[in-house]
Amino acid sequence: MKARQLWSFFGGLTLPDGKNQSTQVPITQADLPEYLIFPLQQPTGNLLIPVVKIGDIVLKGEVVAKAQDNLSVPVHASSSGKVIGIENLPILHPSGLQAPCIIIETDGKETWIDRYPFKDYQQLDPSYLRNLIREMGIIGLGGAGFPTFIKLNSGAKAQVQTLIINGAESEPYISCDDLLMRERAHEIIQGIAILRHALQACHCLMGIEDNKPEAYAALTAAVTTGIEIIKIPTRYPAGGEKQLIKTLTGKEVTSRGLPIDIGVVCHNVGTAAAVYRAIHLGQPLTSRIITVTGSAIDRPKNLEVLLGTPIYHLLNQCRVDQRRINHLIIGGPMMGFTLNDINLPVVKTTNCLLVGIPEPNKSTPVMPCIRCGACAEVCPAHLLPQQLYWYTKAKELDKAQDYHLFDCIECGCCAYVCPSHIPLVHYYRYAKSEIQAQKQEQEQAHRARQRYEFRHRRLEQEQQEQAARQQMQKASLSPSASEDKKRALIQAAVERARSKRIAQKEKLN
Amino acid sequence: MPFPFFSAPHIHQGTNVSQLMLQVIYALIPALLAYIWYFGYGILINITLTVITAVITEALMLAARGQPLNIFLADGSAVVTGTLLAFCLPALTPWWIPVIGTAFAMIFAKHLYGGLGYNPFNPAMVGYVLLLISFPKEMTTWLPVKDLMINPPLDLKESLKLVFTHIAPEVDSFSGATPLDYTKTQLRLGRAIDEIRSHPLFGGLGGKGWAWINGWFFLGGMWLLYKRVISWHIPSAVLGILLAMSTMFHFLVPNYYPSALFHLTSGGTMLGAFFIATDPVTAAASPRGRLFYGAGIGGLTYIIRTWGGYPDGIAFSVLLMNMAVPVIDYYTQPPVFGHKKDS
Ligand code: SF4
Ligand code: SF4
Repeated sequence: MKARQLWSFFGGLTLPDGKNQSTQVPITQADLPEYLIFPLQQPTGNLLIPVVKIGDIVLKGEVVAKAQDNLSVPVHASSSGKVIGIENLPILHPSGLQAPCIIIETDGKETWIDRYPFKDYQQLDPSYLRNLIREMGIIGLGGAGFPTFIKLNSGAKAQVQTLIINGAESEPYISCDDLLMRERAHEIIQGIAILRHALQACHCLMGIEDNKPEAYAALTAAVTTGIEIIKIPTRYPAGGEKQLIKTLTGKEVTSRGLPIDIGVVCHNVGTAAAVYRAIHLGQPLTSRIITVTGSAIDRPKNLEVLLGTPIYHLLNQCRVDQRRINHLIIGGPMMGFTLNDINLPVVKTTNCLLVGIPEPNKSTPVMPCIRCGACAEVCPAHLLPQQLYWYTKAKELDKAQDYHLFDCIECGCCAYVCPSHIPLVHYYRYAKSEIQAQKQEQEQAHRARQRYEFRHRRLEQEQQEQAARQQMQKASLSPSASEDKKRALIQAAVERARSKRIAQKEKLN
Repeated sequence: MPFPFFSAPHIHQGTNVSQLMLQVIYALIPALLAYIWYFGYGILINITLTVITAVITEALMLAARGQPLNIFLADGSAVVTGTLLAFCLPALTPWWIPVIGTAFAMIFAKHLYGGLGYNPFNPAMVGYVLLLISFPKEMTTWLPVKDLMINPPLDLKESLKLVFTHIAPEVDSFSGATPLDYTKTQLRLGRAIDEIRSHPLFGGLGGKGWAWINGWFFLGGMWLLYKRVISWHIPSAVLGILLAMSTMFHFLVPNYYPSALFHLTSGGTMLGAFFIATDPVTAAASPRGRLFYGAGIGGLTYIIRTWGGYPDGIAFSVLLMNMAVPVIDYYTQPPVFGHKKDS
């Protein structure tokens, strides 16, 4: 096979990968928990609307909440049981948000609903297929959790030339995609075929970091025609969508744009496998693979977990060393967020639980920025992180935007190398949310002003109209010019008559 | 701003500011030993004085500004400033020269601007220039290299006595000019380079001793590059421009303009290129900006050395380019991902 040309992206890091710990054992089925919790808030879109009520018996795969907008997908019960509550609970979110959740008590039987597999999906119309994928509750399993059907719906405006499958998994410690690729290569390959059909894409490239030789081998063995599997250099964040597209195609997704603008659509391997199961087996998305690892975990491994499973239930199965839980990270060490509540349920985007590792840098104090430039050398977005920090700290948010704050992908490379241990990403997140809040406020103010002006104008108009009407009325009451004329004529006639009469009288005399 | 205790990323490369500063100190050790070898113990006394002054001033200023002493004293930046300044002073200057220079550098160039990370000018160079302007006699009285000393070099006790009391037999016999200084004054007198170079001050490459010390600075700098404490941009640009300009003029009028080799191995060239110009706080920030910044320093150094009023131009060049940093930073922002005009 001829070597394919690869491009490199600026910046990035070689990180200690820590993946070996969790790749020693095959994917294990997690035990069925007693309770399952389904938050009605998805990564994107508005709250879902529950379609079950307390006391309902549900089957595995049954829709329990439906979407009410075009940015969400339904949620399905991941096991059979009884709905025992719909209430506000904290959900997996960096800011400790609460949201309404459906709580299901499992019955241990795992009874499925009726499933309708479509083995010959090629007969299906792409738009029908997209809708089916939506109804199956599939969202991107790689990270941001964007609904898959939207990314399959390129519309007429752009032609998808290349479907890119992301098997890079560059974040340290996480190995769920790696294991999935090793063990379920055929599911991924068939899922890709479905995605291609839905997109009507000509090419398909798949990038795998070269630190996963087993996954690469498994996929190349399973591959059918039309999919090119490419080893890419291991360099964080090679799995970032824009970085992966650059590596494989040499094209840069523009700052404000989407991959589709340059004819590319990117999906994760996990999503491909979920699509396969949804279409070929008729199974909605009810489970995913999660890496449970870290220094406090006795047996790091990858578990196939029912969505809605509480985190403590998973930790129990992996033998946690209680003394070493210094913090719990959802996601990887570079981009994950910490939580201190282990009662929260896993959701579709949960790819990793990192417990007790790595040691937090609490011993190193934060120093002032010494402008060493180390951060700028590693920033894959090619920003000047120290300038962003400077302006964010000074609350000069306009300036921070001039320095392209919103191009920051929050990969954490800058903070990783900063000798002053400045929590740079935290400042950027803060600045972004602040700017967004300001924008919203401005928009609200703008809308309020518009409403006010509109009302003002309307009132004014009404006033004017009223004035006009009054004038008319007044006009109709007051004598008009023509009437004056008439009256003058009459007057004249009267005068004439009178003078005639006088003249006749005089004649008679 | 509310901070949760841990924010992503949760791992770190493991470097910190003190380590960087410590590595700079390590990198200076070979040159320090060479200094002692060629010029005696004076440099050690200088360093002791400057470092003690730097640390005391730093502590006082931190206390005055209400900053945590332990954290900032441990960062090592005061020690680096003191050490760099000591390398620029003639050995065996009276004790108050290093003390005044360092205290001024720490107070005026560093803390009055807000301390570590906030100073626009390189503190060591500010201290040096203050001394150079205020005490020109003391600052230009250098010891001759060991081989040229009439008497055997002073031992530590005699050196200390000289520094603190300035009483020593035959003080005058110690004084001399640096090769750069000598070249400059002799050129003014209309002598040709070849003639000047026949003076015993000069060895095979450049000034006797000076060439070696510059060599050790160079090696120390290479080590810093290898350790990634500094990036290649600034030193390469400084040396590249100095090399290019000196080669060109030497080629045009060999008897008036000294060779590139002389420039690269004289005075503060290597110290400046690898240790002073690379001070991150006061240098340009982006890689491209650093090339311009370094080129500016190299060019100005050559101009000051050749046509200016001072023998060595490093300090002035660095300070002048410090002033240009905001402009350089503004015009050298890197091309942000996804902002290319094509594609
Ligand atoms: S790495 Fe840290 S200290 Fe260095 S320039 Fe960036 S923010 Fe400043
Ligand atoms: S977090 Fe943002 S600023 Fe920092 S390296 Fe990543 S993209 Fe650049």
